[in-house]
Amino acid sequence: MKILIRNGRVVDPASGRDEAADVAIAAGRIVAIGKVPADFAPDRTIEADGCVVAPGLVDLAARLKEPGPGALESELAAAAAGGVTSLVCPPDMDPPLDEPGLVDMLKFRARKLSRCRLFPLGALTQGLAGAEITEMMALTDAGCVGFSQAEATMRDNLTLLRAMQYASTRGYAVWLRPKDPSLSGGVAASGAVATRLGLSGVPVASETIAIHTIVELVRQTVARVHFCRLSSAAGVELVRRAKAEGLPVTADVSINSLHLTDVDIGYFNSDMRVTPPLRQGKDRDALRAALADGTIDALVSDHTPVGHDDKMLPFGEATPGATGLELLLSLALKWGNESRLTLAQSLARVTSDPVRVLGEALGSLGQSAGRLVEGGVADVCVFDPQAEWQVTPEALHSRGKHTPFDAASTGTRMPGRVRHTLVAGTLAWSAATEANAA
Amino acid sequence: MLARRNPQLNAHGELIHLLSIEGLPKDILTHILDTAANFTSVSDREVKKVPLLRGKSVFNLFFENSTRTRTTFEIAAKRLSADVINLDIAKSSASKGESLLDTIANLSAMHADMFVVRHSESGAPYLIARHCAPHVHVVNAGDGRHAHPTQGLLDMYTIRHYKKSFNELTVAVVGDIVHSRVARSDIHALTTLGVPEIRAVGPKTLVPGDLRDMGVRVCHDMREGVKDADVVIMLRLQNERMSGAMLPSAGEYFKSFGLTEDILALAKPDVIVMHPGPINRGVEIDSRVADGSHSVILPQVTFGIAVRMAVMSILAGNDA
Repeated sequence: MKILIRNGRVVDPASGRDEAADVAIAAGRIVAIGKVPADFAPDRTIEADGCVVAPGLVDLAARLKEPGPGALESELAAAAAGGVTSLVCPPDMDPPLDEPGLVDMLKFRARKLSRCRLFPLGALTQGLAGAEITEMMALTDAGCVGFSQAEATMRDNLTLLRAMQYASTRGYAVWLRPKDPSLSGGVAASGAVATRLGLSGVPVASETIAIHTIVELVRQTVARVHFCRLSSAAGVELVRRAKAEGLPVTADVSINSLHLTDVDIGYFNSDMRVTPPLRQGKDRDALRAALADGTIDALVSDHTPVGHDDKMLPFGEATPGATGLELLLSLALKWGNESRLTLAQSLARVTSDPVRVLGEALGSLGQSAGRLVEGGVADVCVFDPQAEWQVTPEALHSRGKHTPFDAASTGTRMPGRVRHTLVAGTLAWSAATEANAA
Repeated sequence: MLARRNPQLNAHGELIHLLSIEGLPKDILTHILDTAANFTSVSDREVKKVPLLRGKSVFNLFFENSTRTRTTFEIAAKRLSADVINLDIAKSSASKGESLLDTIANLSAMHADMFVVRHSESGAPYLIARHCAPHVHVVNAGDGRHAHPTQGLLDMYTIRHYKKSFNELTVAVVGDIVHSRVARSDIHALTTLGVPEIRAVGPKTLVPGDLRDMGVRVCHDMREGVKDADVVIMLRLQNERMSGAMLPSAGEYFKSFGLTEDILALAKPDVIVMHPGPINRGVEIDSRVADGSHSVILPQVTFGIAVRMAVMSILAGNDA
């Protein structure tokens, strides 16, 4: 299959390339950018006038678990529709990804769908119970790109220390959501809004105590740690200091924490119930600045499909989580526009930077994923930067229909619309095909 | 932006649900208090009924038990000639696994006109108000720690009855404010009605500093909190908070934040003492104060009926 993407604006954040060019793809790889050989005979031509041709997005946090059977199909379709060509899924599936067989099966099923590359995180401990470590080497052989406790906590610091030591034996990355088990039981961020609404709070100290502890253990073990979903200004500051010290840590932030605050909870809107909870304006501002200056390496969708019945509950009883795969590109662009960044800078946080976070875990793919390079894999997202849209739940491919960015909720105007998504040189999704099918 | 519009008001700014005092304009609060004043005489009549809600069905939906609050709503609805249906949901549907909204849909199908809702989760009445039929009115009878607006209104009625004007008052709210829906409703009501000094008094575990954002002065000393107060509102200390990480013991709490005659002597000579009930004698309040000449705890209960009649009759007169 040979594809020619014509007349697009090619933006490759890693190289800084931003110019009008054609892109020729053959046998799953990019064969030419700009000067397409005269004898290149495409089977299919994508007209990209007015569109940006960017690397496919790499999302470091997307859950595929619920609700119901067929979730993998719908959620990977959502990824493709969102321009996401690689995603990392946390191990808190049912059952948790703590055995190589489960990872093999998941990777096999995802490959068959050929919508999006899937990179699972293995469970750091068996059953995510926080007590006994998993067979990390076997899980890595099966395709895990790191190890995580997802939202579960460790039994104690000794177990965390041992898990980090063991992981660092082979240089495996440990992905941790910094939260203190006893301080993280609330349903909203501690502060004036939670106090006024009478909602139980999660103090910033839940995040900072955990980061302090983890950083101390990184100093001891030199384990490679990725902090998942920072939510506070104080948390950002601790990560900044750890990086300045030269410790091998990276971090991400969710689209929710990047754009929203606890004030958006409004009149107990359950769509705003997310984990970590939405914090105050100063936290959001610090997260935005940290993502811009690189203290936070990547922007993630934190995609968590939650069934309708589990959201139609009082705020505190509603299941936390929001759909996000199809919103990631637009919310990255929105942040970039508002922060006066170039298109390449905004896109870097959802393409080349997350690939850098994954590092050697990607193997040879790490050379070209999240980038547009001749000879590299043809994972491409073609989008219209001028198109503006609003989120309507029924138009989403994901089974998770609830998001804080719902037109009926915050009425957020979303810049940029995905037109085509290519994974390994194959069209994984196209707005045009979908329109014809409808 | 629909979710951001105040769900308590219709497009004309009229009250269609009573979910929280927060966000209600002063004239609506005053209107409720004025209407309640007209209803106080109903209770003194030989036939204690007016026909304002004749033919209407009021469902008391208590997802959390409270015989007392439910009874006052029941009396108020019956005095307005409504048909009252009491549902103790804590013991029925919820235990069968029926969802909150399914319960509401079923009851709406029985042609309910008004739901009086008590729920242990903050915000639950908002969910109900958002999803019930347009003609149904929702009254929040207490949701989690969030709000107890009719209690707030009856407290305002009581204050106005004894103090006439709100504009020069110092009001102290004492006790477990962080867990109290009554305190939140009182604070919003007092702020809206123009009380210049509202004090939140208690230890730091029960009176967090970010209460200041609600417009109150935070006091961690009982003497400072009660000094020169016109009104002292004592809150009930729940049994489960009397020992543990919040407080060491009921005894130490009483010594440091209990209302005794000695402490009360620091307040204005004509101070009134209020309490939403039920009181814990010797825990938050000394019996001599609870039964003393400054106490208006029992009149509060009486006024509560008139205030709830006022709320229900006003809601029934407004369309979504």
